[in-house]
This record gives sequence, structure tokens and C-alpha cells, in this order.
Amino acid sequence: MFLTNWFQHTAGLPYPWAWTLAQVILIVVYQAVVMVSVAFWILADRKIWAAVQMRRGPNVVGPFGLLQTFADAMKFMFKEPIIPAAANKVIFLAAPIIAATLAFAAWAVVPLDEGWVVADINVGVLYLFAISSLGVYGVIMGGWASNSKYGFLAALRSAAQMVSYEVSIGFVIVTVLIFAGSLNLSDIVRAQGPDMRGWYIFSPLFPMLIVMFISSLAETQRPPFDLLEAESELVAGFMVEYSSTPFLLYFLGEYMNIILLCALMSIMFLGGWLPPIAIWPLTAVPGVLWLLAKIVVLFFMVSMVKAFVPRYRYDQLMRLGWKLLLPVSMLWVVVAASWVVFVRPVWGPFFAHLFGG
Amino acid sequence: MILQALAFYLFATVLLASGVVVVTSRNPVYSVLFLILAFFNAAGLFVLLGAEFLAMILVIVYVGAVAVLFLFVVMMLDVDFAELKKGVQSYLLPGLGIGGLLFAELVIAVSAHWHFAPHAVPAAATPKGLTNTAALGHILYTDYIYYFQAAGLVLLVAMIGAIVLTLRHRDGVRRQKAWTQISREPSDAMAMVDAKPGEGVE
Repeated sequence: MFLTNWFQHTAGLPYPWAWTLAQVILIVVYQAVVMVSVAFWILADRKIWAAVQMRRGPNVVGPFGLLQTFADAMKFMFKEPIIPAAANKVIFLAAPIIAATLAFAAWAVVPLDEGWVVADINVGVLYLFAISSLGVYGVIMGGWASNSKYGFLAALRSAAQMVSYEVSIGFVIVTVLIFAGSLNLSDIVRAQGPDMRGWYIFSPLFPMLIVMFISSLAETQRPPFDLLEAESELVAGFMVEYSSTPFLLYFLGEYMNIILLCALMSIMFLGGWLPPIAIWPLTAVPGVLWLLAKIVVLFFMVSMVKAFVPRYRYDQLMRLGWKLLLPVSMLWVVVAASWVVFVRPVWGPFFAHLFGG
Repeated sequence: MILQALAFYLFATVLLASGVVVVTSRNPVYSVLFLILAFFNAAGLFVLLGAEFLAMILVIVYVGAVAVLFLFVVMMLDVDFAELKKGVQSYLLPGLGIGGLLFAELVIAVSAHWHFAPHAVPAAATPKGLTNTAALGHILYTDYIYYFQAAGLVLLVAMIGAIVLTLRHRDGVRRQKAWTQISREPSDAMAMVDAKPGEGVE
């Protein structure tokens, strides 16, 4: 908004061009920030994992190893990209680009603070869900184009896994939509105001946060559901033929998706940019820091799960997704709808003191 | 407006071009990938029309689910599409004829005095002060709830039918019982045995 005004009035451009230019600048800056932050999330993940195993983790490059991820990225970029002779070259190279692009595109609708969002669209949640359901293409295309049995088998397995868990994520989103009454992510956060009593984690939706957390782990192929690249058993899943920058793109996309789902959970259940208690020193803190703090908490849990939960078997993974999480989340759609229709109009004022209901 | 026009021509051109490639491509996997591109651009056109809910549903349902299945099948089947396409010459003329007929019918239908029925006009436009998601919701779940439920019932019957037709109970299959596995205690499976030297354990 500010940039648009500046281009329109100070630089004297007509509105459509001012708006386009402002959006382009905003998008470039935003993506750069997200991309650089990924380097530190990866480092945090490795440090947490190391701490659980009583190691030090990366500590050589830069102070406390802060520059380790940048060094790794450099190493990947300067390696020779190897394309297998029998691979389908176009799709082989397009697949990681699609994976990374989708991971970036999803951030367009994530509100960082009141009004801090690139595209404040009415169907923000559906957009996020659509983009995350496309993530599977990066996987299948990469696996198929490698023209390798192992890559293809792993791609099929992980595609089946992602498609299965998307279903329960979809139902979890529906329960939140029923409570918030809007598909706009900013409106969902506003519906949880003004303080933590309104957050959906402290409402009958709490079990859905657990379902969402488990499904997010499966959706992003994080341990304990990282069957496709189980290091101790397989080589690297569908990425087995990838090296150098294409591999880097997959890696980047994977971590960005994890952070995106943490952000989505913070927005849907933990009140997004809202402070836990709406009193002065806390309300003065910029909302983006509150959102960041919530993402950090969730990301910490994701990392800890990686450190201590043993890997699932494939049939157990499918059983958990289809026979446990899916029925529970479907049931909860009914529960949430009944709550909104029957309980909230009657008991709303009473529950408003306990939680936002 | 000029941005919208540019966006429209971009989406429409890519949509048509990828539609042509879907039909003409030699490699079926390319066909499916271009089909996905076509879905995407159709979603873009929906957004330009202000039907953002339909656009997102198109991407979620068709691109996110249906096309994934297509891709699965096409990648795993070893179909020689060149063989299948051999007969294309003999079907070309009737095919073109039917296509031309349909196109002519469309042109006649649209270019004649084609308009909405009077009672459909208020339902066609999105009411003021409502997003089109909410408007669709009102129409589906409030105005036409019984039709909607009936449609759901038809789908349920189709689903049950598909399961009944394909489900076969085989004898002698050892299924995993998750509950017995989880509820198994160390005391059920282990025993402390004091083994004397030279005697072993029975």
C-alpha cells in the first residue's frame, strides 16, 4: 500500500503500473527474506537434533556455525549437475523448479501482521491448500523423469503418502473455517482475537491441531514419516538421481513447506500475529514477531519429533492416515458445525470468558 | 483494465495451446502434464471472472487429485500410443464432422437470442456484500439443500457400488491386528529364565 502510494504520487505513475511495480518489489523482497530465513531454519533443525544426541552440531563455518547452510548451498551450486543419460531432460530439470516455485508461491497469502500480506484474497486458505496439493507433482515428475526404478518406486510411495494425508488436512481446514466463518487467512486470525482465550487451540478444535500436526509431518515427509528417504534403508528416495542445484531446489522446497505448514498452524490455531495477552507491553510488540515466535515453537516440536520418534512402517503410515486421522477429522467437522449452530448461540457469552468458542 | 486484458489473453492462449498439445503429443505423460497446464489456465480465467472459489476448487480437485491419478496410471502403463493412434486416419473424417456439428450448434445457440430465464437472473450474479464463496454456500446449502443431499446420496451409492464390486474376501490372508500388537505387554512375550551352566534353556 505504502509503496503503491509512493509510486503513484511521488513518482507520478498511473495506478495500475504503480500497483504492479509495488507488488513486484514487495514479492522480491519477501521471497528473499523467506529464502534467507530458510538457511537459519535448516541450521536450527540440525542444532536441535544435535543437542538431543548430545553433539554440538554444525559449529565451524561462521560464529556458532551460523553460515553453515550458506556454505552447503555454495557447495551444491558449484557441483556439476549430473543428468542421467536415459533421463527425460526437460521434466528432470523442471520438476525441482516446480517444487521450489510452489513452495515460494504459497507464501503469497500468509499474513505476517495486520495488513502485512502480499495477496489478501478471499479464498486464502483454499489457495494454500491448492498449492500444497500441487507439491506432489514435483515428486512424481522428478521420480519418473529420472528413469530409475528406485527413484520411480519412491516417487509413487511418497505421492501416495502425500495424497493420503492431504485429505485429513483438508478436513482440519474445514473445521477451522466453520469456526472462523471465513476463507480469508487474515479474517481467521481476527476471529481469534483479542487474546489467547480466542485462539482455536483453547477451543473444541484442539484435537484438530494434533491431527494437523501429524498430517503436516507426513505431508512434508518429515520423520517419523520420512519413508521415502529413510537414510538407513534407502539412498535418497525419488531424489536419488539428483545432484547439485536441482537437489538444492528440492531441499529448499521441502524446508519451506515445513515452515509454511508451521505458519499455517500458527495462523489457524495459535492466533497468528495476536499477542497471548492483550495488555500494553505485549501489544506494542510487532505482530510479525508473535507469529515468528509461534512458528519457532511449532518448528521446535517438529525437530524434536525427528529426534525421538522411530520411523513408521509404510502400512502403519497408511493405516494412521486413512483409518484414524481421516475419520477423526471428519467426525470433528460435524462436531464443529454442531458447536457453531447449537452451542455457540446459547452458551457463547459464557464460553467467551473461558475461551473464544 | 489493460493488465486484466493481458492476463486474459495470456491464460486463454496458453489454455488453447496446451489443449492442442494434449491431443497431439506423442508421449502420454506430456499429454497429462499439458492437461494440468490447461486446468491451471482455466483456473486463471475463473479468477479473472471473479469466481475465485471455483478457480481454487478446480485446482484442488482436478489438478491436485484427478490429474495425479491420471499421471500415476499413464506412468505405470506401458501403452504404445503410436499403435493406438494408427487408426486415426480412418476416424479423422467422422470425427471432424461431429466436431464441426457441435461447434455449429454452439454458434447457433449462443448467437441466437440467448438469455437467462427471468427467475434465474437474481441467482446468477453474486449478491452485494457477499463473497462468491458465501453466495455459493447459501445456494447449495440453504436454497437447494435437498437437491444437494440427493446428489450426495447418488455419489455415496456409486462409492459403495465401486467398493462392493472390487472387494474380495480371500481366505488364508493373515491380516495385521494393530490393537493386539499395541496391547501386547513384555510379560506376554518374555520370561526370565535362570539358565544353569551346561544345561541351556528348554
